[in-house]
Amino acid sequence: MLVFALLHAVPGGPLSVYLENPGVRPEDIERLSRALGLDQPVATQYLRWIGAFATGDWGYSLSDGRPVLERMLERAPATLELAGASLVVALLAALPLGIWSAIRRGGWFDRAGSVVALAGVSLPVFWFGLVLQLTIALGLGWLPSSGRSSAFDVTVADRLRHLVLPAIVLAAVHAAAWSRYLRASMIGILSQRFILAAEARGVPRSRVWLRHALRNAAGPLLTVVLLDAALLVSGAVVTESVFAWPGLGGLFTEALSRRDYPVLMAFLMVTSIAVIVLNFVADTVHRSLDPRTR
Amino acid sequence: MSTGRGVRNEKWGAMPALIAAAVLLLAAILAPWIASHAPDAIDLAGRRAPPSMVHWFGTDDLGRDLFSRVLFGARVSLAVGILAATLTVALGTGVGVVAGWAGRWIDALLMRVADAVLAIPRLPFLMIASLILQPGVALLIVLVAAVSWMETSRVVRAEVQSLASRGFVESARAVGASGWMAIWRHILPNVVPTIAVATTLAVGRSILLESALSFFGVGVQPPTASWGNMLYQAQATMATEPWLALFPGAAILVSVLTVNALGETLHAQKGSDSI
Repeated sequence: MLVFALLHAVPGGPLSVYLENPGVRPEDIERLSRALGLDQPVATQYLRWIGAFATGDWGYSLSDGRPVLERMLERAPATLELAGASLVVALLAALPLGIWSAIRRGGWFDRAGSVVALAGVSLPVFWFGLVLQLTIALGLGWLPSSGRSSAFDVTVADRLRHLVLPAIVLAAVHAAAWSRYLRASMIGILSQRFILAAEARGVPRSRVWLRHALRNAAGPLLTVVLLDAALLVSGAVVTESVFAWPGLGGLFTEALSRRDYPVLMAFLMVTSIAVIVLNFVADTVHRSLDPRTR
Repeated sequence: MSTGRGVRNEKWGAMPALIAAAVLLLAAILAPWIASHAPDAIDLAGRRAPPSMVHWFGTDDLGRDLFSRVLFGARVSLAVGILAATLTVALGTGVGVVAGWAGRWIDALLMRVADAVLAIPRLPFLMIASLILQPGVALLIVLVAAVSWMETSRVVRAEVQSLASRGFVESARAVGASGWMAIWRHILPNVVPTIAVATTLAVGRSILLESALSFFGVGVQPPTASWGNMLYQAQATMATEPWLALFPGAAILVSVLTVNALGETLHAQKGSDSI
């Protein structure tokens, strides 16, 4: 609904493009707006718009006239690939960091970890991307600086090489936040009596940590990961634009510079729906994992 | 288990963060006196110069001194961050207090609104809104606050609910204190630690949001220099003049890191106080 309100706030309305065209007469505009239903009350327009959206009629891109849905579908795989990769990268970083910080609470690793994590959540993502491009791609030449693949060399290895930097950039913030979250919940669990009981029974430490503690901490972490997964898609706006990654985020920034409102609104709708759906999934998962909330 | 338990671990970050915050604020306030050059003095002969003793951070494509520009940019970026955070927390506290105190349908309504705004991805929404509204700095602050108040309102609401049922608030009501009186005298003072933490965290996030918007060219508009739009201009020539991108970004990182460290310290102290 907010998206719709924003759409209505566009100065001059959707037909303003034609106002500057001398070949279009005022009465044409009136006829057009009647044909498009723009003279109807706002509530009617809203219902129609929702109806159209639900049936896959997302309007046409102002920049190339193609259906918005088609443009978004062709960009979606690249974003899902990037988001999936960052999810893996973030978890690979957050799990060991969080677990070890909790076990050695107050030690040097924990302190260093907390500084790194604090820096991670404070990073301006676009700048982090630029710095990695400068140092690792342009300076050292280890990895390509942008794009999803080379023009002529489309192998799996080449695709992976292109994926590394954007995935790291998109993952950084979440890796930092998740590691802190895991640390906190591990510490909470490690101080409970059943851990002491397990240790007293002579269960090896590593087994206590991984089998008893991590198992109980994994549920809440999964909930947070699911809640943040939707942010990966909207976070892709920044990362994809810095690395010229041909996904939905890149489409969004292109549309932004061309004032392509139908594409912008569709992106906002899709990401909002993704947030709501993932919230629901996280809720369900949380409830089924933790018997206390049933 | 391990030995390092105790307050020492929680408090180590306070002094460095406080000092860094003071230095940043002073640098922004005293920018006209610290800056080695005027921030918009054009020197076409000395353009694109790398960092040197004369130009500590180098110069840009018009020969303007980057160190001076970063200093003056601090005024805009920090002011936007602090004002947006203040407005965010004021809004969030207002909504939280009303929802937590009034309960029933008012509570339900306000929290559904918060849910709805939370569902919309912040940055893309702000980018579209700024594209349409072409905001000046003041409106930009309002926009950032408009999409950031929800977390504060949730925390404050929860706190007000638990306070309202405690003995001292009930007895104040019993001896005849009005609702507003009870909120003002008994509830709000107890919510202050929460508000303080929320404000510091909001400063960091507001600085990041502003810089991201400006980085995409829809935030603070040139000639007003903010760290974000300096990065926006630096992006094109990054391969040849990397210093133009490095320093403004580092300034953002240091500022956000500072307020986040402050927030974490406040949070830790609040925790140990209430136990």
